[in-house]
Amino acid sequence: MNTCRARLHSEERKTALIALLPSLVVFALFTVYPIIYSLYLSFFDCSLLGGARTFVGLGNYAKMFGSADFKVSMANTVKYAIGTVPIGATLSMLAAVLLNQKIRGRGFYRVAYFMPVVTSMVAVAIVWTWMFDPYYGLFNALLERIGIDGPAWLADPRWSLPAVIILGIWKNLGYNMVIFLAGLQDVPAEYYESADIDGAGAWHKFRYVTMPLMRGSIGFVLIMSTIKSFQVFGQVYVMTGGGPMNSTMVLVYYIYRQAFEFYRSGYASAVAWFLFAVILVLTMFQKKLLKAEN
Amino acid sequence: MRTTVSMSNSKAMDAVRARRRRVMGQTAGLGVVHIVLIVGAIFMVLPFIWMLLTSFKDQSEVFTYTFQLLPSRINLDGYREVWNKIPFARMYVNSFIVAISVTLCQLVTSALAGYAFARLDFPGRDVVFMIYLSAMMIPHQATVIPSFLLVRKLNMVDRYSSLILPFAAGPFGAFMLRQFFMSMPRSLEEAAIIDGCSRFGVLRSVVLPLCKPAMVTLGLFQFMFSWNSFMWPLIVTNKMSMRTLQVGLALLRAEISTEWPMLMAATVMATIPILVAFLAAQRQFIESIAFTGLKY
Repeated sequence: MNTCRARLHSEERKTALIALLPSLVVFALFTVYPIIYSLYLSFFDCSLLGGARTFVGLGNYAKMFGSADFKVSMANTVKYAIGTVPIGATLSMLAAVLLNQKIRGRGFYRVAYFMPVVTSMVAVAIVWTWMFDPYYGLFNALLERIGIDGPAWLADPRWSLPAVIILGIWKNLGYNMVIFLAGLQDVPAEYYESADIDGAGAWHKFRYVTMPLMRGSIGFVLIMSTIKSFQVFGQVYVMTGGGPMNSTMVLVYYIYRQAFEFYRSGYASAVAWFLFAVILVLTMFQKKLLKAEN
Repeated sequence: MRTTVSMSNSKAMDAVRARRRRVMGQTAGLGVVHIVLIVGAIFMVLPFIWMLLTSFKDQSEVFTYTFQLLPSRINLDGYREVWNKIPFARMYVNSFIVAISVTLCQLVTSALAGYAFARLDFPGRDVVFMIYLSAMMIPHQATVIPSFLLVRKLNMVDRYSSLILPFAAGPFGAFMLRQFFMSMPRSLEEAAIIDGCSRFGVLRSVVLPLCKPAMVTLGLFQFMFSWNSFMWPLIVTNKMSMRTLQVGLALLRAEISTEWPMLMAATVMATIPILVAFLAAQRQFIESIAFTGLKY
């Protein structure tokens, strides 16, 4: 009996190993090895094209914190996060609350709001570049109708980042809305009924019933959106190339250029590890928030 | 009951009036709700409409100062010419090959891993699962340099394998299917095991047929993810003939920065597969993306 069970057990282990093998191989090759190797590379002065490697210790990190371009990319990334996260979360919460009622055309609205989420960033970034065209674009044509002389948007260092931010808000609104809708579904209807009996208005119900019960979803959306802001790449590549005058240079685009245009793989790895650390801290923060929630 | 009876007449009238006021307020509120939602929907859909309308215009029509929304006639030049400008057909095929391969690989590897984590008993299972899951917080951008060096060392640059292999498995799919497997009753599987079925046999002929909706949801998500991915294909392909659609689009934009009808035509064609899939299976798409927000 015992030997039989033992055999079954070892059989099961073998099955588990075979079942996990493909996933673990990919995981080891394209996640574990790269994240460790990029830490190693960050201590070297080396070229993506090969050649000699010189150990520089924390030299790359020192160079990074002293670099004006890095500081600009970091500042732009933070500005992008500040520009997209609160407004994006507010608008998607509004959409979710409005759509969480029995109203006509709910399906249509949901599809409309969600469409940008499924489309590729490259495709929509091209469309938005065209809409932001200073002379023939849709935005300035519409602004002209109401008597406003629109800015040059992507060609103007003061307006380029706001333009990228508008696209970012538009693209992610549907995602956040779906997360909020899922959260709203968990709010028991009785809570609203008792609030109704107390004569609470819509704002009161939102502020004192919805908001407290949605803390988890709100925290998730805020932190996820912040993490996403730190990963912005496609729209910058397509719309501005980081310009004009570095006004849209963001962290990931900076890493990309350092590594794949200037071939500074050691230095770029240091910046990549910095990015990883920032995202790690944000994720930890979110985990802590979730724990406090439970 | 007693309180209603004892309620004075005027008080009852007040209550009726208050309720009527509330109902009217609600109707007015509903109108406002629709106006807000419609304005929002226009903002969300307008870029798509603008893309489509521009793709039908001709070049001179785009560059007129008197703004016009609609094309004067349906002009398909952009749709015709883009095929000569870049190897668009080849890029289309590349994107399909890569996205379909990634999706199929993901379904197999995720089902296997998800099943192992959900049902099989082996030492350190939960620790391995937690480590695997926590890998989701490692941003792709942070690992891209060594991944590229590895791909180059393995001589995989400009090959489909470099586009497929890194995404052939992942924690998200394993996690998603594990959740589904765990929500299923064990009794069916146990019956099959007693009948002498192997674990893989159970997975294939008992568990997976019951998980079709979950597999479809995961498959759509992975297809979309792969179809839309940009940074990695940009890095690991050099030859035009190995570029994917997203990379091709970005290069086309850099090359012909002012031929908007053609650019919009290319964008329309590159977006159509995903939009059609989305419109056909909205629920699964939205579900799969809502799943990324699950608390774990």
